[in-house]
Amino acid sequence: MSVLLIAEHNNKELKSFTLNAVTAASQMDSDLHAVIIGNNCGDAAKKLSELPLVKKVIQVEAAHYENFVAENFAPVIVKLAENYSHVVCSANTFGKNLMPRIAAALDTSQVSDIIKVISSDTFLRPIYAGNAFATVKSKDPKKCITIRPTSFDPCESSGGSAPIDKAEPSEEFNNTKFVKREEIKSDRPELGTARVVVSGGRGMQSGDNFKLITSVADKLNAAIGASRAAVDAGYIGNDHQVGQTGKVVVPDLYIAIGISGAIQHLAGMKESKVIVAINKDGEAPIFSVADYGLEADLFEALPQFIEELNKLNTIQK
Amino acid sequence: MKILVAVKRVIDYNVQIRVKEDNTGVVTENVKMSTNPPDDNAIEEAVKIKESGKATEVVAVSVGEEKAQETVRKALAVGADRGILIKADGILEPLAVSKLLQKIVEKEKPDLVFMGKQAIDDDCNQTGQMLSALLNWPQATFASKIEIKDKKLEVTREIDEGLETIEINIPAIVTCDLRLNEPRYASLPNIMKAKKKPIEQLNASDLGVDTSPRIEQIKVEEPPKRKAGIKVKSVAELVQKLKNEAKVI
Repeated sequence: MSVLLIAEHNNKELKSFTLNAVTAASQMDSDLHAVIIGNNCGDAAKKLSELPLVKKVIQVEAAHYENFVAENFAPVIVKLAENYSHVVCSANTFGKNLMPRIAAALDTSQVSDIIKVISSDTFLRPIYAGNAFATVKSKDPKKCITIRPTSFDPCESSGGSAPIDKAEPSEEFNNTKFVKREEIKSDRPELGTARVVVSGGRGMQSGDNFKLITSVADKLNAAIGASRAAVDAGYIGNDHQVGQTGKVVVPDLYIAIGISGAIQHLAGMKESKVIVAINKDGEAPIFSVADYGLEADLFEALPQFIEELNKLNTIQK
Repeated sequence: MKILVAVKRVIDYNVQIRVKEDNTGVVTENVKMSTNPPDDNAIEEAVKIKESGKATEVVAVSVGEEKAQETVRKALAVGADRGILIKADGILEPLAVSKLLQKIVEKEKPDLVFMGKQAIDDDCNQTGQMLSALLNWPQATFASKIEIKDKKLEVTREIDEGLETIEINIPAIVTCDLRLNEPRYASLPNIMKAKKKPIEQLNASDLGVDTSPRIEQIKVEEPPKRKAGIKVKSVAELVQKLKNEAKVI
């Protein structure tokens, strides 16, 4: 038995969730190899070889791997998979797009978005947007697994020196062409990985009032989130949406402001370590998941909150 | 141009999910069922393309028990021309569904296949990608914008880092994000009209696809409950608790 992990990277650096995926993959079997597919991705391959849990790195390079097109990636991995019992990747948009293409080619029924490795063939995964947890056992000889990165700790990132082997690229898939990528740039931490998330809901009443959320987030070096209601009302862009149809976040501290706590929002944040809710409706469902609830008018509470944070005079990094 | 749209019948997104006491699954008896929400976006987009004159026929297909016919009928009520129901009982994994859809694609020869990016019941996010692998077609997943350019599609995809645009040659698979469009409601006259539209019924077993599950569902449980929190009386108390008790600021 041995595991092939698909590294996620930007050709220069590893994406941080690759470290979480390595941890998950290593729990399936310790004989763990990692494949990195890209263009001029030598630096990222070297980083991968330094992860102590990785026993071997396989590097595949070609110009058509520059933009991570699944139709180009899948054939290489399907070929490499001959030598492995498991193929593993993060369940973010990269892995969600890619893994089923591999699984279908291997005639394997994929297990998506696992949050726990119970044994090498048995896993725990949320279904119904986290409203139920299923324990499932894969009976396929080859297993294709995607893992929810926030459910696993990142692995040790230095000290290893795995050999780096090169593998032959596959041919280019000519019916899909990458055009462009527009990355949303921000000085703030990324919503998916931030230690603190401050989110606003419909209770904010306008996009302008989101400045209050921004001020709190500035004090705490936090990412800014929003409920679907706030996004639908046009208060803030949809890349901030937390929930079943937005991002799933697991920060150390989640502050929900003016958010009632619809099922679909709770699904995206209820695994956070500490949850704070500020809402003037004492019966709002958000209070049922909050460690600390403050029943108050947010337009009075937030200026006070900012003032109290100023007194602490500590900007968290 | 012909567009095939796959739709799934799922527990309505507003229903509070309850786990069965014997831990074999979730309660589906006497529970409101609806079309999987992003599948509504898929139908909407196909119908809009037809209305713009760029497609000639929209065919809705569903796989599942007899009652999935209602889901196909709803697609007909918002503008699909005809329906196909592949009848199959029990748990159907995305691999099996994509193999069944492959059979329909081979028979119907559509130019495009649309479906939702993910079903809100099993949350697998696999079927579209698997179908495109089986057909060796290009795939545009998590689409939030689709432009038809002759024999190509330009698709904007919602990815973790922001937005990505790709160009794919037809025939192709597109999986739809909720942000792609605003699905319309079926009007009463259209609901009546839909009753007259044809739905072809097939049996999964007749299509020569083995749909038996490869994944054993050992148990389904309620997620661990968060322990009850406390209400604080003031902002000052909140900040003190966060600093001294939770130690998160």
